[in-house]
Amino acid sequence: MNQWEVVIGIETHAQLATVSKIFSGASTAFGAEANTQACAVDLALPGVLPVLNKKAVECAIRFGLAIGAKVAEKSIFARKNYFYPDLPKGYQISQFELPVVVGGAITVQVGSGDKAYEKTINLTRAHLEEDAGKSLHEDFHGKSGIDLNRAGTPLLEIVTEPDMRSSEEAVAYARALHALVQWIGICDGNMQEGSFRCDANVSVRRPGQPFGTRREIKNLNSFRFLKEAIDFEVQWQINEIVEGRKIQQATVLFDPDTGETRTMRTKEDAHDYRYFPDPDLLPLVIGADWIERVRGELPELPAQKRERFQSELGLSAYDASTLTASQEIADFFESTVAVAGKASAKPCANWVMVDLAARLNKDGKEVAQSPVSAQQLGGLILRIVDNTISNNIAKKVFEALWNGEGATADEIIDKQGLKQITDTGAIEAIVDEVLAANAANVAEFKAGKEKAFNALVGQVMKSAKGKANPQQVNELLKKKLAG
Amino acid sequence: MSLTLDQVQRIAHLARIEVSEAEALTTQGHLNGIFQLIEQMQAVDTTGVEPMAHAQDLSQRLRDDAVSETDRRAAYQALAPEIEAGLFLVPKVIE
Repeated sequence: MNQWEVVIGIETHAQLATVSKIFSGASTAFGAEANTQACAVDLALPGVLPVLNKKAVECAIRFGLAIGAKVAEKSIFARKNYFYPDLPKGYQISQFELPVVVGGAITVQVGSGDKAYEKTINLTRAHLEEDAGKSLHEDFHGKSGIDLNRAGTPLLEIVTEPDMRSSEEAVAYARALHALVQWIGICDGNMQEGSFRCDANVSVRRPGQPFGTRREIKNLNSFRFLKEAIDFEVQWQINEIVEGRKIQQATVLFDPDTGETRTMRTKEDAHDYRYFPDPDLLPLVIGADWIERVRGELPELPAQKRERFQSELGLSAYDASTLTASQEIADFFESTVAVAGKASAKPCANWVMVDLAARLNKDGKEVAQSPVSAQQLGGLILRIVDNTISNNIAKKVFEALWNGEGATADEIIDKQGLKQITDTGAIEAIVDEVLAANAANVAEFKAGKEKAFNALVGQVMKSAKGKANPQQVNELLKKKLAG
Repeated sequence: MSLTLDQVQRIAHLARIEVSEAEALTTQGHLNGIFQLIEQMQAVDTTGVEPMAHAQDLSQRLRDDAVSETDRRAAYQALAPEIEAGLFLVPKVIE
């Protein structure tokens, strides 16, 4: 498929972590009984006026600062006009010409291992707007039911440039954005509840040609669906063009059951929304002092942490990126290093990314639910580093900690007698025994069969119950066989 | 600039307003009158003048993020033509 280039831009609606709505004092709590959290403003009863929620604005400022964007000194709310029963006013209050956040970028890690690469996705803008209500189309005697609890919920719509070139890049961006909005505490990231939803604008073209006509896939609420929907859409568009048809600009929906996208409506052009400044709302002015105060309250950001993990702890770009995939993982790693020491940052990274991740995965758990605490893991790594136990035994101790067989690695090592034998005399005795009992292997090795050496190492480790220091075993064996 | 009859019909459709052909003609006249007024205003040199987003030169007042509204569903739904299970019922809409 080399002769086609895929072009993807993503719009994300992140629900802001406020307790009340963006223009009214109604609650935003999820799961309330229908229409019990829809007040007069949300219902668009005559004579009501919107009053902007300060926290929603502050969330937008935080986001703008976190992505290195310009936070607009002055931004304007506009009416986006369209008719739908879950939009009682007949317009959505959004921002159009002057959004609150302009520009910025997010650098993401795409792929893993040797094929991993970094990519910077530029953002066009992010603007504040209100969510619509919910329409239920189940049968109410041939009618639709409307729940306006969600109407007026604050959203930050985050729009990228058409910078992504594959579904992998799109997913990497969406994941990084998802982690970032939670990291800076502006969105709970709950995708099942619709707190974080992505729309993907997808087109294909021959490299070097102008952009093709795009189709917008709406409301993707999982990373898997985002990938499947884009992959299907790309193939569909290529087939259409190859078969001589033209792509029509359209809005499409993804059906997770069939894995296909289908046309929802031919996109009305932006002009049809007849945006104009909302006379109910004055310009939003954000002073430099407010921006500076928010800047001072920002936590260390993923990109800064990534940089520090490399410069201060000597980790690779890939490790640093993996360990900053979420605040929970980063915190766990840093707490582990706090116990094991900065000199052991690399083994700490490996344990968190490989052993712990695999074990969590096996039980379907998140880092925050890990039965082994960062302190326990740090204590375990200390014992590997100081040669009390080998890496192999450490895996046993880790499993024991996981199962709650002891409070600390030290306790388990002690109780189960796992301390590594480092006394040269003791190991030498075992080596001698093994050499005497395995004359055949010794002869093979002397005849030039390298494999026989490994068999002997195995025998020694077996009779030492895995507790002999592997390095010492190797050295002693070599010395004895050479002698 | 002036609007064609087709454009008037299209605007009416977007605003979900039903206009007869006679009404469309009258409306076309009214709207074109407004356009003439706009043309006069556009003759004024506004170089270097920042466009106003609001007639008042003030900035938006903000409110603290706190829940101040209680559940008044029963009162609000007493106004609705049809309700069921706490939902407002409307003619079926599905795309």
